[in-house]
Parts: sequence; C-alpha cells; structure tokens
Amino acid sequence: MSDTNEMELIFDSCSANERFARVAVAAFMTQLNPTVEEVSDVKTAVSEAVTNAIIHGYEQEIHKISLRCRIEGNLLSVTIKDSGKGIEDVERAMLPMYTTKPEADRSGMGFSFMEAFMDKVTVESAPGKGTSVFMEKRIGKGRSLWTTQSL
Amino acid sequence: MEYQVQENCLTIFLPREVDHHSAEELRKNADALIERNHIKYVIFDFEGTEFMDSSGIGAIMGRYRLVHLIGGEVWAVNTKERIRKILTMSGITKIMQIYEEEKV
Repeated sequence: MSDTNEMELIFDSCSANERFARVAVAAFMTQLNPTVEEVSDVKTAVSEAVTNAIIHGYEQEIHKISLRCRIEGNLLSVTIKDSGKGIEDVERAMLPMYTTKPEADRSGMGFSFMEAFMDKVTVESAPGKGTSVFMEKRIGKGRSLWTTQSL
Repeated sequence: MEYQVQENCLTIFLPREVDHHSAEELRKNADALIERNHIKYVIFDFEGTEFMDSSGIGAIMGRYRLVHLIGGEVWAVNTKERIRKILTMSGITKIMQIYEEEKV
C-alpha cells in the first residue's frame, strides 16, 4: 500500500464551514492514528486559517475557499487558500496580538495558534492576490512503531 | 447557548465548540444582557466545551473590555485541560481568572 494520500475540498466562505473544514481534516488524518491532542492541534490550526480567509480575506462576502490535505508517511500537510484581498505585510500580520480588526473582537492570535500547534506554517500573500497558508505537522512523533501500523 | 443573570453577574454556558461562528451569537446576546442588567461580572462556563480557537479568546476580550470600564471582572469555570491550554497560550489569563474547583 502506498503511504501517500490526498484530498481537496472547495467550499463557501460562510462561518458554518469553519466547523466543516476542521472536522473534515480531522476525519482525513485519522488514518495516521493520531492522538486526541494531535487532532485538536490540527483542528485549531485549520479553524484559524479558515476563519482568517472568511473575515479578513473575503471580509464576510461569500466566495470560495480551497482546502488541500496531503499525507506522506506520517507527515500531514494542509493548504488553505482564498482569492480575497490578500495581506500587505505578512510578517506583521503574523505577530501575536496584531489585528487589523480589533473592533470586531479579533484577538490577533490566529497565526500564533497556527504556529504553536503545527510544526511549520508558511504564508504566501499579496494585496489583491489572495492568501495561501501552508501548514505541516508530523503525526505520532515519539510514539512506538506498532501503533502506527495498519491492519 | 444559555445565559443566566444573578444580580450583577452574568454566566454564559458556552457551546460545545467556540469559534467565530458561535462567538458572533455570544457577542450579540451577551452585550445586550450586560447593558440591560448592569452586569459587572461575567462567568464563562466551559462545562460542555470541547473546542475553542482564537475567536473565543476575542469574544472573552471583548466582554472584558465592557465590564472592565466599570471595574468588573471575567472568570472561567469548568475548564478542561485543552481549554486551559488555549487560555494560557493566548495570554488572556492575565486578565481572566480561572476558577478551579477543589479536588475531592
């Protein structure tokens, strides 16, 4: 059996789909036999990226968000992409507590949470060109081999 | 989501998942209750909550800003380990007390 697997989803940028996206990724990653904590980490990170696309990328207008997941060995990678307004200063956007919408109760912790819960987070964005967030996490770090073997 | 007002204290029983979607509803309802009942203390009850992201942190911060103006406080109760981790990581524990029940 090959140890790679991929899936791709395209969905509307409505807030109900925040839950749909994180649950879909959680379901997809079960084949890696993750711990409850690993699933929670990935769900939080996905939720942050999708919420950003909805609130900041599309500013609550309904357009499409694409979600791509790939498994290679025990490495899970997730790419979340919107074609919204993009980010002017990515470095600044990723600073903890920085937000362009404090009046809307945004905490400015979105990217910090993604970075804390995933092994790697890369953001590609330009004004008017949309935003793409690429995240990676190795699942089952430090666990003994037999638990990851499939039947 | 359920809300309970006792004198100047509002308890918010949070849903299973606190994200941007559910936080919008929370914000509307809670702010109306806070204003109408002159609420000073807001208690976030995490008993039934399994998931929270940074939108939940934003919702707590927003309510804190409201009651802080009149010298109020925000509290978290019935937090599971995962929720405590999110609260601690966000740094919001600087402005919010986590009430821990004594272990029997």
